[in-house]
Amino acid sequence: MAKTRIELTVNGQAVEGLVEPRTLLIHFLREQLGLTGPHIGCDTSHCGACTVDLDGKSVKSCTLFAVQAQGSQVLTIEGLAAADGTLHVLQEGFRQMHGLQCGFCTPGMITRAYRLLQENPRPSEQEIRFGISGNLCRCTGYQNIVKAVQYAADRLAGIDVKEAAE
Amino acid sequence: MIPGSFAYHRPQSVREAVAMLADLGEEARPLAGGHSLIPMMKLRLAQPQHLVDLGGIPDLKGVRAEAGDVVIGAMTSQHEMIASPVLAERIPLLREVSVLIADPQVRYMGTLGGNVANGDPGNDMPAVMVCLGAIFQLAGPNGERQVAAREFYQGAYFTALEPGEIVTAIRIPAPPAGHGYAYEKLKRKVGDYATAAAAVVLTQSGGRLTSCSIGLTNVAETPLWADGAAALLVGSTLDGETIKQAVAAAEALTAPASDNRGPAEYRTKMAGVMLRRALARARSRAA
Ligand SMILES: Cc1cc2nc3c(=O)[nH]c(=O)nc-3n(C[C@H](O)[C@H](O)[C@H](O)COP(=O)(O)OP(=O)(O)OC[C@H]3O[C@@H](n4cnc5c(N)ncnc54)[C@H](O)[C@@H]3O)c2cc1C
Ligand code: FES
Ligand code: FES
Repeated sequence: MAKTRIELTVNGQAVEGLVEPRTLLIHFLREQLGLTGPHIGCDTSHCGACTVDLDGKSVKSCTLFAVQAQGSQVLTIEGLAAADGTLHVLQEGFRQMHGLQCGFCTPGMITRAYRLLQENPRPSEQEIRFGISGNLCRCTGYQNIVKAVQYAADRLAGIDVKEAAE
Repeated sequence: MIPGSFAYHRPQSVREAVAMLADLGEEARPLAGGHSLIPMMKLRLAQPQHLVDLGGIPDLKGVRAEAGDVVIGAMTSQHEMIASPVLAERIPLLREVSVLIADPQVRYMGTLGGNVANGDPGNDMPAVMVCLGAIFQLAGPNGERQVAAREFYQGAYFTALEPGEIVTAIRIPAPPAGHGYAYEKLKRKVGDYATAAAAVVLTQSGGRLTSCSIGLTNVAETPLWADGAAALLVGSTLDGETIKQAVAAAEALTAPASDNRGPAEYRTKMAGVMLRRALARARSRAA
């Protein structure tokens, strides 16, 4: 099948590539752009490990063709920290609150939580749980992930937070 | 899992999309949110040669009130439906259903048009559209026409859509102010399709039901409109005996598959339980 040229913005940088129409966005990101932060967990649209932000929406990049992202703005976990390496407040939250164990789900969790906080800067615990219900974690039991998101929300609201989970 | 090869097309208007689908013939499929179609393509259960992406057609988006109706563009996502102030005010049932569909990521992509056109008995919107008396607006090679949701579903993955036809909008008569509504869905986990689910819209006056409509999800090859059950309830005070008769009438309509969501008998009974709960909650919300 003939390849199609696509142009999009990924983590603030203009990129282009040649893809088959059937190329999934996750494969374009990982294999052509070398962005291996978004993971392939289930490959069946269930786990959320492949979550990236596309034009202000959290999407499962295993369930989207790269051609559908033509002209879009994509944000992956690689685009969250500042250029000088300073962690994003969500990344800091996951570190402080022990929001990860093996880390496999973390890039998807954080990119999803990023959009959640854009839409709802002061979520309740229940709203966080509902907001990340498309992301599965096999390790943590979610408790500390919820705390990590809460930490980031508090910090963004200028509230002083006690560090480290109990 | 990688889908089979196909050619990708992105029309800018409904006219262009319909012409493309007619041109490309049987091997072409419309692509909406892709969250039913792409998983099927990855499993090679669907292998279209051409995908006509409806995502670039502005006319297919948005929710608007039109006299007593609400008109929802086919490409409106479930996420947008949850956020819509028009729906919150006129048809709050749709928010209640939408938040029970899949998970946040799927709802950003999944569209109302795709959900109703897909024809999968597991989809939640079809029974809700049947309950609300929605009308589907279609465009195809022979022009435009309207089909009532109650006449649209003919079997699993088999609908009134003719080859080359697309759903452009869904027109829903808004239930009267003060109506009660509920969608009760039994599922095994977040993101699961229904084991059984029931949609109810009702009105009451002086403690008696003045109208009632019931839709049932995933307990037959098509969504079910339980009009006989609803007719038993109208005029009643929703007393225990009448509810029992109505639930029995609704259960009698079902013909669920036995699958990993449970044996058929269980799913029929769960449809009854969901209906009881939906009736109670709808009534508690009715003025
Ligand atoms: C993990 C997961 C969980 C899910 N859980 C649920 C759930 O609980 N309940 C539920 O209802 N759904 C569920 N879904 C399905 C989801 O809601 C889909 O998005 C929806 O069924 C189809 O909408 P779509 O826009 O993605 O359509 P697509 O996948 O793009 O299309 C589906 C089918 O409809 C056709 N089509 C699409 N739009 C039109 C149109 N306008 N006119 C004519 N034909 C059209 C396509 O050709 C295709 O055959 C789930 C999906 C996933 C991945
Ligand atoms: S890999 Fe995409 S949802 Fe699991
Ligand atoms: S930390 Fe291991 S899957 Fe979440």
